[in-house]
Order: sequence, then C-alpha cells, then structure tokens
Amino acid sequence: MTRSLNDKLTVLAGRLLVAAILLFVMLPTIVVVISSFSSTAVLFFPPKGWSLRWFERAVNYDDFRHGFYSGLIVTAWASSLAVIIGTTLAIAIERYAFPCKQVLEGILLSPLFIPHFTIGLGLLMLVSQLNLGRGYPLVIFCHIVLVLPFVLRSVYVSIKNLEQRIELAAASLGASPLRVVWTITVPLILPGLFGGWLFAAILSFNEFTASLFITTQATQTLPVAMYNYVREFADPTLAALSVIYIAVTATLLIIANKFLGLGKILNIETRH
Amino acid sequence: MTRKPTFLPWFIIPATLAAVGLVVAMFAVMQFSVRAYIPGSLDVGGFTLANFKGLFKSIYADAFINTVVLSAKTAIFGLLMSYPLAYALVRTRTTWIKSAILIIAITPMFLGEVVRTYSWIIVLGNSGFLNSLLLALGVISTPIQFMFTQTGVVLALVHVTMPIMVLMLATALSHINPDYEKAAASLGAGPIRTLLTVTIPLSIPGIVSSLTTAFAWTFSAFATPQLIGGGRVSTVATMVYQLGFSSMNFPFAAALSIAGLILTILLLLALKRMTRFLRTMGEH
Repeated sequence: MTRSLNDKLTVLAGRLLVAAILLFVMLPTIVVVISSFSSTAVLFFPPKGWSLRWFERAVNYDDFRHGFYSGLIVTAWASSLAVIIGTTLAIAIERYAFPCKQVLEGILLSPLFIPHFTIGLGLLMLVSQLNLGRGYPLVIFCHIVLVLPFVLRSVYVSIKNLEQRIELAAASLGASPLRVVWTITVPLILPGLFGGWLFAAILSFNEFTASLFITTQATQTLPVAMYNYVREFADPTLAALSVIYIAVTATLLIIANKFLGLGKILNIETRH
Repeated sequence: MTRKPTFLPWFIIPATLAAVGLVVAMFAVMQFSVRAYIPGSLDVGGFTLANFKGLFKSIYADAFINTVVLSAKTAIFGLLMSYPLAYALVRTRTTWIKSAILIIAITPMFLGEVVRTYSWIIVLGNSGFLNSLLLALGVISTPIQFMFTQTGVVLALVHVTMPIMVLMLATALSHINPDYEKAAASLGAGPIRTLLTVTIPLSIPGIVSSLTTAFAWTFSAFATPQLIGGGRVSTVATMVYQLGFSSMNFPFAAALSIAGLILTILLLLALKRMTRFLRTMGEH
C-alpha cells in the first residue's frame, strides 16, 4: 500500500495521542506509588524523604484489617451466589420459553442505571421497616444485585458460543435437564463462569457507594474503612494501602489475561 | 425444542428471589418518599407530598443541575479519551502492545472509586503532583486551586468512568469488519476521513451505550464529588447521603433519590430517541 506523507503523520499523531491518554490513565497510580514511600506525614510532591512506615501502619491499622476480612466474607458469598444466579438465569433465558422472561432480565440488569445510592438507601429502608438487623446477609444481597449484570454478560457470551448439539445429544440419551447442565453445560462454560466470578469478586470487593449506606461498624468493607480514613487523616497510609491494592489487582488481571485471555472474557476479541 | 418445563423452576427461582428483593427495596424508597418526616426519629409519619414540594428549593434544584452538568461533561470528555484507546486496543496487531493497553486501560476499574479518588487528591492537591510540576517548570508562580473545583471533580470522574467506556467501545469496534476500512482506504480516503465516514458511524451503537453508562455512573458517583469537591460541589448523591445520615431525614432523602432516578431514566430515553434519529439521518 502506498501512503502519502500526510497519512503517515496522521497515524503517528494518533499513536502519540494514544500514548498520552495511556499516560493520563496511569498518572494517578504512578503518583500514589511514589507518595506511599514518603517519610513525611504531610503529602508533598515529590516526597522529601523515603520510608516504609506507612506500609507498616496500613497493614496494622485495625479498621483496615477488619474491613479486609469483612470484605472477603461479603465478596466470597456475593460473587459465588451471583455466578449461580446468573448462570441459572442465563440457561433459562437461552433454553426455555417462560412468561415474564424480559421483565425478569430487565429488573436484574437495572442496577446498571439505577444509582447505587438509591439501591443502598432502598435496602436500608427495607430492613428498617421490616425490623431486620443490618448484618452480613444484607450487604451480601446488595452486592449480588450490583454485580449480577456483569456476571450475566460474561455467562451469556459463553452460553451463546456453546455448541448446543452436545447438550441435545446428552438429552437424547436420556439425561435430565439438570444432569445435562451439571455434566455438560457447566464444564463447557467453566472459563466464562470463572471470568464472571473473578469480575464479580473484584467489583464486589471494591463496591463503595451502596456499602456506605448499608454497612455498620461490624460489617464495614475495606473501601468504606478507607473512605472514613481519608476523611479523618491526610497522611500517606492510604497511599501505601492503595499500592498493595494496585499490586494485587494488577497481578490478578495479568494472571487472568495469561490463562484465560481477558479479551475473550470481556468479549472484545476480534473475530475477523 | 422439546424440553420439559418441569425443571424450569430450578433455573428461575434464584434469579426471581434476587429480582423480588430489588423491587421490594425500590418500593421501600417510594414508600418512604411519601411519608412525613419526624425530626429526631427513624420512624416515619403519615402520607404527605411535602417531600416532593421541598425538592423545588433552589439548593436542591442546583444540586440537580450540577449533577447533570457534571455527568454530561464526564460522559463527553470520557468518550473523547476512550475512543482512541478502544480503537488502538482493537486494531493493534502486536500482541504485547494489545495486552499492555488492555491492562492499563482496565486496571483502574478494579481499584474502586475510593482508591482512585484518593490518588487524584495527591495529583491535584496544592502541594500535589500537578502543582509541583507546573511550579518547577515555571509555568505558574502560585499553586492553582484544583481541589474543591468542578474541573477537579470532572477530571477524576473521567478517569473513573474511562475503563468501562473503553470496554464498551472496544466491544463495538471489534464487531466492525476491518475490510470496510480497507475498502475506504483503497478508494483513496485518508485515515481521518476513513475514521469519520466509516468507523465512527458504524460504532454509533457502542458510542451511545458507553455515553449512557458513563452518564449513569457519574450520576451515581459519591466518593469523587464528596472528597474532591469537598462539599463545595454538591450533587444528588452527596445530598442524599447528607440528608440521610446528617439530618436523619430519610423521607426527604428518598424523595430526592426518586427524583434522581426519574431524571436519569428521562435523560436516557431522550438520548436513545436522539440516536435513533441520528441513525435514520445517517441512512439517507
């Protein structure tokens, strides 16, 4: 192909633009990493000296520890239940005809546009009217509802790509639908389920706005504890905690990318 | 298909339970919004429409306008920043560059609003990164106030919504056959012309859904306007929280939430209509 000089310059400008945008995306992360090693309690940039003491404080701070454990409990339950709910619904929608199909799907996808604070407020009011406590079940239910749209998306893609003849073969040999699902469908869509689960887990672990409305001191998750910390203190402890967070998240994503292909999970792989 | 529906309940019951819980919670908000506020108590009084009348006070009207402006700005700037990234992500042939762009673009999404907002405080603060850089370069002589301004909030919000926008745009772009672009190029169109007349029109559905999502997310954002706006940039979300947890006026907080939800739905419907119009225009 022959390209004029003008076109080449345009392509070069496009690449520079992409590089600049990538820099914008990374900038806060880079800055927070550098700040976390600062020795002073007041945030200056660049830091005036270096130390690891904020990492020590972040790891030992009680609210963060407790928030981490609460977060793990909520995340483990919420993402696993969301995958079960999402998979069964996706199978029902793909394979069966039933009344109110679209209503059910519409309601479960609605948290994509209903503000999270409205959902949090609604659940808070619901438990207060029913005189129920604000325990883990409430927080877990809230997180299930919030991550479900993302799980559904990931599971739908896997089910659509599934060769249905294998299921039909099993069914024609006498397997009941439940058995077909358990021995054929689930194993075949496992990568998609795992992708959905991982996605749900990371989103749930980081969910903040709705959690702020419904958690108590006993159930507060890590982001809520972090938010309360920023409002009280201005030292780099949170920067140190953020670095740990970033490191863990990036590692998880790189592993997921290596073994599962993030592009495939996220449905952005080119098909041409 | 010849499936017996006997097993259907097994597949629907879990989802139905979740849906019922969500609907009942939304119903609770509606119910609270038409109940009287009893100061100093969590109990609510009888039926009233006073909460909705109260919404017309200028402080709440301002919060609404402010939120819509913030959300619109964030969606538009977010699109301008996300589109090139999504395009590069889909069209890059080199595997490692592709992975790098993907990881860089989506990692922020998994850090949550709090961590990212906090990072922006360090970038935008008076002795933060941006001001230190500009001072060191001699561009400015006194720090610029970024914190507690709308500009600062929009900047951080664009960063918060970009990953999801990139993902949605990339999905849309990956479904466009690159042959169309090649055809345009072989007919003599330059890269910019191909982008404007082929790629962008074909990706309009993706553009709309990413704008919609960005708008809805920003509308819902709480930590960013609260921490970077520092109470000086009030939004529906921050107001709802203050009404609920500082004044304990839950009925009014509920009314404000309902009004916010209705506004979001109306704006999203308007956007949908507008794109249908744009698409039919494009076909002629």
